[in-house]
Amino acid sequence: MSTRVRWRKVVSHLMLALTGVCALISVSVLFFILGYLAFHGGSAIHWEFFTKLPAPVGEIGGGMANAIVGSAKLLALASLIGVPIGFFGGVYLAEFSGSRTAFVVRYSADLLNGVPSIVIGIFAYTILVLPFRHYSTLAGSFALALLMIPTTLRSTEEFLRSVPRSLREGAMALGASRWKTIISVVAPAAYRGILTAILLALARVAGETAPLLFTALGNRFWSPGWNQPTASLPVMIYQYALAPYEDWHEQAWAAGLVLLGLILVVNVVARGVLARGVAVPRS
Amino acid sequence: MAQAFVRSPAPANITPPPPNAEAREIPAVHSLRMSISNVDFYYGSKQTLFDISMGIANSKVTALIGPSGCGKSTLLRTLNRMHETVRGARLKGEILLDGVNILTQDVTVLRRRVGMVFQRPNPFPKSIYDNVAYGLRINGSKMPISDAVEMSLRRAALWEEVKDHLHKSAYELSGGQQQRLCVARALAVEPEVLLLDEPCSALDPISTAKIEELLVQLKDLCTIVIVTHNMQQAARVSDFTAFLLTGQLIEFSPTPKLFTTPSDPRTEAYITGRFG
Repeated sequence: MSTRVRWRKVVSHLMLALTGVCALISVSVLFFILGYLAFHGGSAIHWEFFTKLPAPVGEIGGGMANAIVGSAKLLALASLIGVPIGFFGGVYLAEFSGSRTAFVVRYSADLLNGVPSIVIGIFAYTILVLPFRHYSTLAGSFALALLMIPTTLRSTEEFLRSVPRSLREGAMALGASRWKTIISVVAPAAYRGILTAILLALARVAGETAPLLFTALGNRFWSPGWNQPTASLPVMIYQYALAPYEDWHEQAWAAGLVLLGLILVVNVVARGVLARGVAVPRS
Repeated sequence: MAQAFVRSPAPANITPPPPNAEAREIPAVHSLRMSISNVDFYYGSKQTLFDISMGIANSKVTALIGPSGCGKSTLLRTLNRMHETVRGARLKGEILLDGVNILTQDVTVLRRRVGMVFQRPNPFPKSIYDNVAYGLRINGSKMPISDAVEMSLRRAALWEEVKDHLHKSAYELSGGQQQRLCVARALAVEPEVLLLDEPCSALDPISTAKIEELLVQLKDLCTIVIVTHNMQQAARVSDFTAFLLTGQLIEFSPTPKLFTTPSDPRTEAYITGRFG
């Protein structure tokens, strides 16, 4: 065996090992964070954490029930606004637009995706907080919805485009209109991908803090309505982690653990849902 | 190029004796299901069909043959206006279905009447049952859907093979079964004309034989137009054959005549395998 061949073998093995190490690092970051959260916040997680309001300053105990419900409300309303707009926009982009409009829409969506979330927060603050003179769930949801739109739109487009043309032709040849074709054949064929993308977008905005600081603000009590400030897990984490009290730090860790746990649950459930149903062969 | 076009007389047994040249080009409507007159076709600025005129005989099988890129699939796709799904496609001329210009009809109604089976099996990602029921659900059905599904699967000679697992995914079927499922799906809406675009090109010989057998039986139900690059197949299943070359209709005759005594030397060259 010449030295040249031996050298190639060494390089090959080295590179293989390098890819393995990088993969290991990516995975271990998640487990490290999980472990760290569990270590610091685990002791603060008990029944009261999920059912009680935050305790007044100086008192030990209390929970984050309002923040958990607040986050759920924020995310539900954000999805209600953002997902349809992103989805239908994506349908337009994939199915109906000419190449020039498609370019403009796609480019704008990509730019919107790159706008820092704090800027989105200021924008939502300007149009939904200032005129009404108070912070609200609605404004927070609006900001999160804006963050969800570009990812939902672009991934809807990508997954619709990946549906083979022959399926569209098959439906149209049976007398289906373009809209009927999309809604009854193309979208069902792409729904797993689209749903996964929506859930990923949701998971991403679930942890957004900056836009909520200007919009939903935070609340030590139950939020009385959609047009009132509300607590949310990420903002709670931010406030509790900065506070000078030891037990608050513990609760911040616990809130982080809950948030991460919820996102994990959503992901696992989504995968369960997606595992059923028929996959379309790529052709 | 259009001047080089040689138009053969329309098949004798589906047209009354032509009183003049004009009538020979556009045969009498009553014996024909469809009639194509002076069709030019363009993709963008590129012309791919040149002044095509021919009739599609009722309850017969008409085959379109010719080398790759001769325009036979393009011609087929104009018959249910599938060409409109491609950007930049443009059609000039007139295509009649039962005497009415298809270009002025509502396209969804037209496509229900003129069904299509494609080159590669393209079942929807749904169950076998839902595939066949699809057209019935969007167009409405005269009989209960489950009866119509069974009837269509029987007509496509697939019923015996799938009757016990109608709710399995269509993708679990073999390629040949998938193609017969696509035939069943097209038949379910009871089309008057069925277009087949090289339906056997992705299939093995046994599946091909099954589809061919099916076509001969389906003649009683509807008029069939089939594109094929397999000349033996055209000879076996069709009553009339049109030979196309570089976007022009070279010869259109009853199938036995076209394959035994072609009137154009180019047809003869093609069927004897000198090119294509």
